[in-house]
Amino acid sequence: MASEQQAQAIKNAKVLMVGAGGIGCELLKTLALSGFQDIHIIDMDTIEVSNLNRQFLFRQSHVGQSKAKVAREAVLGFRPHINIAASHANVKDPEFNVEFFKQFNVVLNGLDNLDARRYVNRLSLAAEVPLVESGTTGFLGQVTVHVKSKTECYECQTKPNPKTYPVCTITSTPSKFVHCIVWAKDLLFAKLFGDKNLENDLYVHSNDTSSSSENAEDVFERREGEDPEKYGRRIYDHVFGHNIEAALAMEETWKNRNRPKPIYSRDVLPDKLVQQNENLDKNFTVDNPLSVSAMTSLGLRNPQDVWSLVENTRILLESLKLFLRKREKEIGSLVFEKDDQLAVEFVTAAANIRAASFGISMHSLFEAKGISGNIVHAVATTNAIIAGLIVIEATKILQNDVKNCRVTYCLEHPSKKMLLMPVEPFEPNKSCFVCSEAPLSLEVNTYHTTLRNFVEKIVKAKLGMNLPLIMLGSSLLYEVGDGLEEDTVANYEANLEKVLAELPSPVVSGTKLTIEDFQQELSCDISIKHREEFDEEKEPDGMLLSGWTKSSTSVVSQSVPLEREDNEHVQWSNQ
Amino acid sequence: MLIYLMMDIDGENMDRRPSRTTNFPEVTIDFRADLPASKSPFPFSLVRIKRFEGPVHRLIACLRLQLKMDGEELTEQETALYDRQIRVWGVDAQRRLSKSHILVSGMKGSVVEFCKNIVLAGIGSLTLTDNRMVTEEALLSNFLIPPDENMYSGRSLAELCCDSLKNFNPMVHVSVEKGDLLSFDEDFYDKFDAVVVSCCSFTAKRTINEKCRRRPKRIAFYTVDCRDACGEIFVDLQKYNYMQKKLDDTIECQLQYPSFEEAVAAPWTSLPKKVTKLYYAMRVIEGFEESEGRNSGEVSISDLPCVLKMRNELCKKQSLNESHIPDSLLERLLLAGTSEHPPVCAIIGGILGQEAIKAISGKGDPLKNFFFFDAEDGKGIIEDINSSH
Ligand SMILES: [Zn+2]
Repeated sequence: MASEQQAQAIKNAKVLMVGAGGIGCELLKTLALSGFQDIHIIDMDTIEVSNLNRQFLFRQSHVGQSKAKVAREAVLGFRPHINIAASHANVKDPEFNVEFFKQFNVVLNGLDNLDARRYVNRLSLAAEVPLVESGTTGFLGQVTVHVKSKTECYECQTKPNPKTYPVCTITSTPSKFVHCIVWAKDLLFAKLFGDKNLENDLYVHSNDTSSSSENAEDVFERREGEDPEKYGRRIYDHVFGHNIEAALAMEETWKNRNRPKPIYSRDVLPDKLVQQNENLDKNFTVDNPLSVSAMTSLGLRNPQDVWSLVENTRILLESLKLFLRKREKEIGSLVFEKDDQLAVEFVTAAANIRAASFGISMHSLFEAKGISGNIVHAVATTNAIIAGLIVIEATKILQNDVKNCRVTYCLEHPSKKMLLMPVEPFEPNKSCFVCSEAPLSLEVNTYHTTLRNFVEKIVKAKLGMNLPLIMLGSSLLYEVGDGLEEDTVANYEANLEKVLAELPSPVVSGTKLTIEDFQQELSCDISIKHREEFDEEKEPDGMLLSGWTKSSTSVVSQSVPLEREDNEHVQWSNQ
Repeated sequence: MLIYLMMDIDGENMDRRPSRTTNFPEVTIDFRADLPASKSPFPFSLVRIKRFEGPVHRLIACLRLQLKMDGEELTEQETALYDRQIRVWGVDAQRRLSKSHILVSGMKGSVVEFCKNIVLAGIGSLTLTDNRMVTEEALLSNFLIPPDENMYSGRSLAELCCDSLKNFNPMVHVSVEKGDLLSFDEDFYDKFDAVVVSCCSFTAKRTINEKCRRRPKRIAFYTVDCRDACGEIFVDLQKYNYMQKKLDDTIECQLQYPSFEEAVAAPWTSLPKKVTKLYYAMRVIEGFEESEGRNSGEVSISDLPCVLKMRNELCKKQSLNESHIPDSLLERLLLAGTSEHPPVCAIIGGILGQEAIKAISGKGDPLKNFFFFDAEDGKGIIEDINSSH
């Protein structure tokens, strides 16, 4: 039974909940049962079928509706008299500014991506509202508490960057299935169906050796009136046959590696076999382009099955044909989507054929979809446990009992007999640029790097600023925001294209830049250091940001769960 | 060609249709119907290879697949709904879950949480027993019951929870069994793979545990109790075999669980020094309720003097220093009475759900044999309590 003081603190609290998904549904329920009376939920997502196994406030009939709004309705069903506000919106929208955050006693996060987490961290710091942060993957989970100047902030410890792979691992020396997926998705799929103007490294290593017979640029273009089957086989033979043979010619590469074997479509699938299937088009009645399926055409049903090389070849050719026949208008603008059945089929088959060529084991469509779509592993029980722990920490905060707050790990295997392991929160990191406003330094080639590159790859991607303002002393180099004069905007646009050293106020070795984001009430200084050379593989951005080091090492011996990123395993560096 | 094939635990449910040619077009196999595995004295079955052309590893892979296929494939609907969790525990575990049957008794906070979790996970069926009528207090920690008197009056807790749980997942069969838990015949339990009891006396726990243990098939047995911000789970999987994953290796493990009665009979001096105080405190309160003929949780702070007396007697008998069961802890547990702490219910119901899923699917290390959580220190601890220490 809660003490009177505790009950009162809960009753009077105004709580902001960001995220109404897996953790959010459980959290809203437990908050309501615990006596919380005033809750504001923000979530920009709508409900999907694959949410229903754990987001128990939602039903099949809610698919497509706002998570925040449906969650609110469901909880009012058993607690009709409490006050729940629901925003179907992005927490990064300008309406959720520092003033908005200030009205709450505590912020509770049930988010699934780094970007939004960073934003909420900064706004909570600026508004001086304590934050309880959480994350789960499968049976693993964690709850952390962030109180300005008393504990570390969410960004005090650098977060592992999205996994990236060197370009040449993807283009010529894959050793894991995920490399084949990245190749199939980001190179082959993008090349055939995506925006033709985008950079694509598909034949980095092929055109220099095989360019004599064909102009590599043209290989992927369908010739005037070319039969789809012929076109498919031509692509197939080029990427799985010729390209591999061309790569094999470079003896150096294979000294310490297994040599791949070229695969040609006629060896796997003689023409005769194809003709038998020619009439098997079962997709003619399909209305929804996202449900056109090569598996349906070929009578393959179970996504858990690992297809043979023959089956993968059939799927590849069939899916290519279906794209040409049923979805021709989309070609040239397609972006891979995990819910696009035909795209997943194409990528699975292409990755498997490449895997076969490199002696890597093949995988089922179900597995390939998980890898290519970065699908998070999630179960209801972990989310329920984590939500319970969040409410316990929030209750301590509301009673001003921060010294008893704990960071808790939910483990899969017990450590010191514990499945739920509390540890004391860490101190703020003195060199954190977010909560301690510590300066950063950047090594960069000031004669090669444009301001645009710096803004995109450092200010936005690394520092997570949405509306940055860049200053050198008192002169403004760049700014984003409403209400700027037309000629100012033109000036900034011109600046973006200039290299750092040739800006109106040159940025050179020793320059100190100040970067601010008013929305986040965040400001930081960066010292610039010029450097000529960068390692293309290790430092693909051509820049190296440093200065904010890890504060303390974790006391947890077992590897602790970290929130899975939307783009965790299948991003790769593409300069 | 005839081949002896080793069957897995669910052998009798194995798929006996000819191998699907989509996977292995080069193999056609048949199970010999004249020797059903369940009647065979050996865990083997006869398989006839009707047609086979291709490398031997394809044949082996095909036979392996047959072994894995205990029961039908998941439907497309199931695959879509359970996608995220199949990525955690695999499609075999999901199939086993969908064929499992669970009985729960005592529809309070942590059991309600547990029910939500396993219905979402997609078990085959869930049977609820609780004849009590809805009270104000029951509403407080129960998100399954709409707080509208017109809807709940005259109906039992189990009936009301059943209606809501059905909505959570139309693929799970949820039903109510009327009657008193202790009055069910022993063979009533044969229908279930797991039994969870809560809100009941020491005698009831012990009796039901013994009934389950006497049945020919293994029935996983759990008790769960929440008092104040503390929770306790007891697990009895009898003799339990499972595959333990160690890095890339899986090794077969066997655990031998004591019954509830055997476990709590373990002399306190024989237990490891650092056993949580909560274990002893729960036994004192349980013993007090039993001796006074009270229902579970039917205690108040006015019982403190009697409870302290009981603690002192027990400690003396068991040669344990009284400081292992502090007054303040007993006071907390008594103060709570039957009221519940929703975050703790969520945590206990979550751990219990995970354990039942492990036991049914045979995936993951099950806990042996007590779990404790106290929101005061935030620790969730496993204790192995048995008389063979
Ligand atoms: Zn910080």
